Amino acid sequence: MIKLWFKSGSPWIWLNAAAVSTCLIMVIGVLGLVAVRGVGHFWASPIVSMSYQEDDGAVKNIIGEHVDTTVTPALMAKSTGFKMADNEDVLIQYLMKTGNRDLTGSDFRWIQERHIKSQAEPADLIVVERREWGNFYGQLMAVKENDKVVATGDQMWATLQERLQAALVLHEKITHLEKKELGAINYALEQLRLKQRGLELKNSWNSETAKDFADKKAAYDVDYKHYQAQLVDLHQQIRRDSLVAKTESGAELVIPLSKIVDVYQPNNMSLFAKIKHYVVKLGEFLSEDPREANTEGGIFPAIFGTIMMVIMMSIIVTPFGVIAAVYLREYAKQGFTTRLIRIAVNNLAGVPSIVYGVFGLGFFVYILGGNIDALFFPESAPAPVFGTPGLLWASITLALLTLPVVIVSTEEGLARVPKAIREGSLALGATKIETLWRTVLPMASPAMMTGLILAVARAAGEVAPLMLVGVVKLAPTLPLDGNYPFLHLDRKFMHLGFHIYDVGFQSPNVEAARPLVYATSLLLVLVIIGLNLAAILIRNHLREKYRALEG
Amino acid sequence: MSTPEPRSHSFDASSILRSTHKHDDPVEPCLKVDNLNLYYGKKQALHGINMEMPKKKVTAFIGPSGCGKSTLLRCINRMNDLVDGVTIDGKILLHDENIFDKSVNVAALRRRVGMVFQKPNPFPKSIFENVTYGLRIQGINDKRILEETVETSLRGAALWDEVKDRLNDNALGLSGGQQQRLVIARAIAIAPEVLLLDEPASALDPISTLKIEELINELKEKYTIVIVTHNMQQAARVSDYTAFMYMGELIEIGATSQLFTKPTKKQTEDYITGRYG
Repeated sequence: MIKLWFKSGSPWIWLNAAAVSTCLIMVIGVLGLVAVRGVGHFWASPIVSMSYQEDDGAVKNIIGEHVDTTVTPALMAKSTGFKMADNEDVLIQYLMKTGNRDLTGSDFRWIQERHIKSQAEPADLIVVERREWGNFYGQLMAVKENDKVVATGDQMWATLQERLQAALVLHEKITHLEKKELGAINYALEQLRLKQRGLELKNSWNSETAKDFADKKAAYDVDYKHYQAQLVDLHQQIRRDSLVAKTESGAELVIPLSKIVDVYQPNNMSLFAKIKHYVVKLGEFLSEDPREANTEGGIFPAIFGTIMMVIMMSIIVTPFGVIAAVYLREYAKQGFTTRLIRIAVNNLAGVPSIVYGVFGLGFFVYILGGNIDALFFPESAPAPVFGTPGLLWASITLALLTLPVVIVSTEEGLARVPKAIREGSLALGATKIETLWRTVLPMASPAMMTGLILAVARAAGEVAPLMLVGVVKLAPTLPLDGNYPFLHLDRKFMHLGFHIYDVGFQSPNVEAARPLVYATSLLLVLVIIGLNLAAILIRNHLREKYRALEG
Repeated sequence: MSTPEPRSHSFDASSILRSTHKHDDPVEPCLKVDNLNLYYGKKQALHGINMEMPKKKVTAFIGPSGCGKSTLLRCINRMNDLVDGVTIDGKILLHDENIFDKSVNVAALRRRVGMVFQKPNPFPKSIFENVTYGLRIQGINDKRILEETVETSLRGAALWDEVKDRLNDNALGLSGGQQQRLVIARAIAIAPEVLLLDEPASALDPISTLKIEELINELKEKYTIVIVTHNMQQAARVSDYTAFMYMGELIEIGATSQLFTKPTKKQTEDYITGRYG
């Protein structure tokens, strides 16, 4: 009977089905976990006010969000030092995010369930999202203007919202002035300084150029002073208002509105308001710069850096890979040498990526970059321009890393173009290169896209080599901006993959950043899926166009 | 299998042509093959071929599979250059110019000697782009000229009426017979002098075959045609002259009517009567 069943072949079908389902379950599991953990972070969860009595008998108050619960068996709890009564089987602990790092020194506290005397969710508890020191949890007491109370009681909340909006607008203006206007002037001044240094090095620095430069500098200085004055004014305005809030221990704290990103009362929000809040927070996460050593704020520079790097990598790797494949397949005499090259290319794909990083640092950054600096940027010395890790070197290093995939797929694509098509073209008086260019390469383009898709998937997720050749924890400027020449290939950049590592393992506040790690991971996956989908759509379009002589 | 006649025998094919066609128009040779030997590596595939192909006539090559008729055909536009390890000695004269001469530009030669293959091989482009491919290669991009050429070529290949409303459709959407006529249109768009047809109807159904044969009859008004076929009825129907090849040698060439009715060699007779091959 069993024998018959084996003979029928169905065990193998079941085995295959099991393997496929395992793969699917794992993929869905990973994505699901990451999504659930990461996406929940932006939801305005309720704030609990608790009073609890510790073992020494003192009754304390805390205000915070419930984050996590652990259940420890009594025996295990005892062995880690907890006093357990005989009738207690388990020790239940809550992890509460209590914020107020500036006052208590930590954001999180573990509370034992048995110590809790009472808990409630008063509607007037506020969460203050601050630019420094993390969140504040407490009760709003008053709104102040220049140390003078302007609102208390009922109108306090409305006044606060109104004044906070004004402060946010001011903050926006200040950032804009600092980053765009002053940034541009600083950039121009730096360029001027470099030009001067360059002229000095060439011994053509004379009184005439000196005067010219002094004039230009003076013009910039006038602008600078102008903006500076505006800034001082704005800073004064933004510092005007503040709020007074009571903490869990009853102390009062004054928080200037200039330091506040958002204030909300999660216990007082309707579902609709919470959804709106969620969307806004998610938008901020995607579009803003990080704050507080990357543990708060957004990750826009990392998204931008990742996509930028992948695009640069594609631009570099495609022509190289295609040309190499065309040479290997169409022009090189097939034999021992080409076989050797193919083996080398295939093995290149198996080299650990960190080795590419080391190579990139040693060869591209120090040797190539160093020489470029010595030849073209002597005026910047001793500060390196290209002789330091940056976007260009990271892209080239990853291009090298992904080159084998592109070569192999392109070669396969070229091999699939029927001989009849080539002969048809040649018979019409086309030369070999014309045939390649007009017929063979377009027909092989879907295969090239396949190679590029694989390359993008690999490059976007790569972190190890990037840490050596250009990725940093925090890049003050994006590699693309409004200052000539707009694309700054020498700049360092941020990357989602590295951001995950940095936030998750290198940040001072790992607990607070944990949801961000999940959210960033999810985003990285989404970015890779997005890039791949774009490439796949292009490939399918090409396939449709050149669906030549299948078979 | 019996060994063929001595290898080195070569005879003056042109004398046969002249002798058998006294009553016809004066025969002007377009192509002349002069003692052509071809080797694939060390293996000799063509043995001392001598023949002439008259202008604006259809010459058919017949013979059993592997006899070298396609190889010979592919010599005429130097398609064999693409095959690794091929060496050729001897000459093929196209209007008294040796096509194997070092000074000959192969691409230019192929513009003068068009070729249609056994399996239809349209490019995965529109019908229009297929026909204009050869012109675009030559750098002709004037829309008016291209459109004119497309119409005349497609009319010339008896395909115009079937496709004139869908010139921008992908050529791969056409039927096999239409594709083959499209490939012929593509070949005549660049106005070659000679048209080489390598078993052009062997992959087609009988109706398409008939159309191609009719087309060949029309095309010979303008072009010198050389056709390879292993269908002897087809050779008899479409060609003016027929060459019988066997084991890499040219056994006999002559006017089609004569070769099929009164072959001078026994091997030819055996083949056309179906005794071997």
